[in-house]
Amino acid sequence: MSIRVINDKCTGCTLCVKACPFGAITMVDKKAVIDLDKCTLCSACLEACKFNAIEIKRESTGTPDIDQFKGIWVFAEQKKGVVQPVAFELLGKARELANELQTEVACMLLGHHVREKARELIERGADKVYVVDAPELENFLDEPYTKVLCRLIRKYRPAIVLCGATFIGRALISRVAVRLHTGLTADCTGLSIDPDQKILLQTRPAFGGNIMATIITKNHRPQMATVRHKVMKELPPDESREGQIVEEIIDRPLLTSRSKILDIVEEIEATANITEADIIVSGGRGMKGPENFKILEDLAKVLGGAVGSSRAAVDSGWMPYSHQVGQTGKTVCPKIYIACGISGQIQHLVGMQSSKIIVAINIDPHAPIFTVANYGIVGDLFQVVPLLTKKFQEIRK
Amino acid sequence: MNIIVCIKQVPETTHVQIDPQTNTLMREGVKSIINPFDMYAIEEGVRLKEKFGGKTTVLTMGPPQAEAALREAISLGCDDGILLSDRTFAGSDTLATGYTLAMAIKEIKDFDVILCGKQASDGDTAQVGPGISAHLDIPQVTYVKKIEEIKDKIITVERMTEEGYDVVQTSLPCLLTVVKEINEPRLPSLKGMMRAKKTQIITWKATDIEMENDRLGLTGSPTQVIKVFTPPPRPKGQIFETTPQDAANQLVSLLKDQI
Amino acid sequence: MVDYQLTEEQTMIRDLCRQITDEKIRPVAAQYDQSGEFPWEVMKVIAESDLFGLYIDEQYGGLGGGIFDLCLATEEFSRGCGGIAVSYAACALAAYPIILFGSEEQRKKYLPPLAKGEKLSAFGLTEPAAGSDASAIQTTAKKKGDDYILNGTKHFITNGGEAEIYTIVAMTDKTKGPRGASMFVVEKGTPGFTFGKKEDKMGIRASATRELIFTDCRIPKENLIGREGMGFILTMKTFDTSRPGIGAQAVGIAQGALDEAVKYAKERKQFGKSLSSFQGLQFMLADMATQVEAARALIYAVAREIDSGKKDVAKNSAMAKLFASDVAMKVSTDAVQILGGYGYMREYPVEKFMRDAKITQIYEGTNQIQRNIIALGLIKEMAKQA
Repeated sequence: MSIRVINDKCTGCTLCVKACPFGAITMVDKKAVIDLDKCTLCSACLEACKFNAIEIKRESTGTPDIDQFKGIWVFAEQKKGVVQPVAFELLGKARELANELQTEVACMLLGHHVREKARELIERGADKVYVVDAPELENFLDEPYTKVLCRLIRKYRPAIVLCGATFIGRALISRVAVRLHTGLTADCTGLSIDPDQKILLQTRPAFGGNIMATIITKNHRPQMATVRHKVMKELPPDESREGQIVEEIIDRPLLTSRSKILDIVEEIEATANITEADIIVSGGRGMKGPENFKILEDLAKVLGGAVGSSRAAVDSGWMPYSHQVGQTGKTVCPKIYIACGISGQIQHLVGMQSSKIIVAINIDPHAPIFTVANYGIVGDLFQVVPLLTKKFQEIRK
Repeated sequence: MNIIVCIKQVPETTHVQIDPQTNTLMREGVKSIINPFDMYAIEEGVRLKEKFGGKTTVLTMGPPQAEAALREAISLGCDDGILLSDRTFAGSDTLATGYTLAMAIKEIKDFDVILCGKQASDGDTAQVGPGISAHLDIPQVTYVKKIEEIKDKIITVERMTEEGYDVVQTSLPCLLTVVKEINEPRLPSLKGMMRAKKTQIITWKATDIEMENDRLGLTGSPTQVIKVFTPPPRPKGQIFETTPQDAANQLVSLLKDQI
Repeated sequence: MVDYQLTEEQTMIRDLCRQITDEKIRPVAAQYDQSGEFPWEVMKVIAESDLFGLYIDEQYGGLGGGIFDLCLATEEFSRGCGGIAVSYAACALAAYPIILFGSEEQRKKYLPPLAKGEKLSAFGLTEPAAGSDASAIQTTAKKKGDDYILNGTKHFITNGGEAEIYTIVAMTDKTKGPRGASMFVVEKGTPGFTFGKKEDKMGIRASATRELIFTDCRIPKENLIGREGMGFILTMKTFDTSRPGIGAQAVGIAQGALDEAVKYAKERKQFGKSLSSFQGLQFMLADMATQVEAARALIYAVAREIDSGKKDVAKNSAMAKLFASDVAMKVSTDAVQILGGYGYMREYPVEKFMRDAKITQIYEGTNQIQRNIIALGLIKEMAKQA
């Protein structure tokens, strides 16, 4: 692997000097000169150069010096200054993986006026928190967040980077992985360390969950993975934990964006957030009409849960799309999923089959939902559900 | 306006199973369809063309049979179809796929908007769209549920968030990944189907595109699958077929500790 | 199904219509049956797929096909819902007089919007006192200067009120008897042209059936199709051409009912076995399937004959309609029987097929009139040979 400056093309614009995280480039007689002792072949300068004046020759297709990459990093997603729960879950997992690899756990926290949140991350398992605080980073924009993450990762070279598979996480980390020319595995349901090769084993579902695949990123670093909310377990906060907070100053060019946010709109419907609920009472075609969902709402209320819906009920206009569970709706993973009048077509199962306990109530004993249910009641849901509501109410008292 | 829609031909996921003996996918008899999320991207691409004039090109990387997916997209209103098909693309993970598609788009040269579905129903990674925009170094907005306006090379869209949506504005050219909420895909028209039959699909091999060979296919894929297995089936459940009152009582006593 | 050697284009049409039926018609069939609302949403989808122009010449914006293609589409739609299917197919009944006998100006004016599905059409012949006895119509069209003034009432008109283009048969000269009728195009919105009540029907409830009321309705003479006095001749010739379309509707209804019956017989278990293992029911299903296939084969054969340009098609066309509609009634009734108690319940789709099937034995010429036509045709042929 080698790097060189093509002198004929170099115009002395110094963009590469500013891009290099290691200060390895200087200008000599208006031409860029790369100090090979400092250079890590991270390619940041190649990307920054507008004249194709820097060339990297790859001998093997892998990240050079992969043994130099150490540590497990977690992207601490924050919204409106609140660290998202998925970040704590990832920290919990990262801690576990770090103990096996005997390495440290760090977080990347980007935002504006977020510095005080770093302490929270340490309490949840981080040994170090890299804070990048800038007004441009207050709300998520793809370009500045990507550039900052790349900058940090190139500079400090973590072996593993974990990120929540949220709207932000999936968009951001895909772009980062490409920039860093490394492997990314999305929506992992399992993460572990291979004891021999000391690399990350990433397990994820494919084909809607009908099969599972274990994936590795052998020759590239960092090994990147996204994980959905409620898959990993967070550690309880430990106030006694000690950690280091590193405030990174980032150059302005990395904070620019060709996009800008004009407005942030919260919709009441979207906050009927079934992906957060621990208990979901869900209705399908068997509900026969929108007004009948009231009995599900009653049960959900008593249980402190949310109401879900199959696609059939949404397509019939009985429930809004934000409640739809399934392949083209939301994937949920509650503790208890109660499916009422839902036949259990594969497209629905795909969205809820990893629920801890599945209860099915259906008048048809051959409904496919019974094959995945822990408990099934063959009967008229219009009788059973109100009875459940009443009984749970009694218990609560 | 020049619009490019990237699509993927996927097996109809509802029927995919693993052969327990060889640990490989049993693909026989499984129908191939356009990735359901890409249908929304195709529809949006056609609507943009109908609104602003111009051309919608549909692009896919796959084996020769992926041509059928391109023809279907044309029957829905796209103008041209380009198939990227070559043995060297085989085994591509999302990094290599995004690279290949991006380099092909570079060959197409003129584009204002690239549209992708939010994810593919077989891999579900949602990585290729952002990967393409990273390789092309253009801005991206993901999970777009509405295109509000395009004016003077500036596009304003609504992107979905867990709480609702953000209104984001960015410059063209850009890449958008779209969600189901954005539109209702149309059915093919007969005239469209006839045109799709007659249209010449352009096929590009690796040598037709300026690319670095070591970034293609298996060689260019940092991730590799080392194991594939069917998830352990859920244990057989307990079924109650008694009276509603009795069943309800039994269920409550079983669940009450979990609440 | 027997392989009817469809061309690639015909296969495309059939597959597209099947997709529309599966995705857009079946999911809403029960709802439209219940409400009786006109299925504009579905008409829009059919229009956007270019299917209204199947049998209209390319120069007017159509696809240049014929009755065969219309039958393919109508059968597929009818498998989902006969009412929605006839809302589509009935437009052909009104369009054909213009296609076959209209002037170039009339074709240029009326066919393009019909081909695009922008406007629907309806055929207005039947009156309260003139059903099978079509010659008893009393609606008049008096010539006045450069116009005709229409007065009278039509009833039981399919697409009445929803269509924008109407082909109306009225008496221009009562003294001439059957030779005193003429055919006109009347557009919705013409002063003096209003609509009466919408009928509440046993079946095909998605289809709108209304009265048309003409009160000194003035239309320009350019709206006369063909010549004065040709009204009934044009009507007969139009019916001869379009009858297979209704036959196709019947075949579709029958096939839809048959499919439900077979599915049910396989799943339902009684006496420890599935219904389909009982020979009595197997015989029923076998007869049903054979009849449906025979009806289809006859419809297709006649449709092809018409499209080939053959002139004297009345007898064959009547046979196709007669047979297919009788089959639809029998098969759908048997389907209800096979589903037993469930078949009688509105929650299950078969009783709708039975209710929808009945009208196919009645409209576009009752099956009694069809038998008249067939018999007269036979006798005529016999006389020719002698």
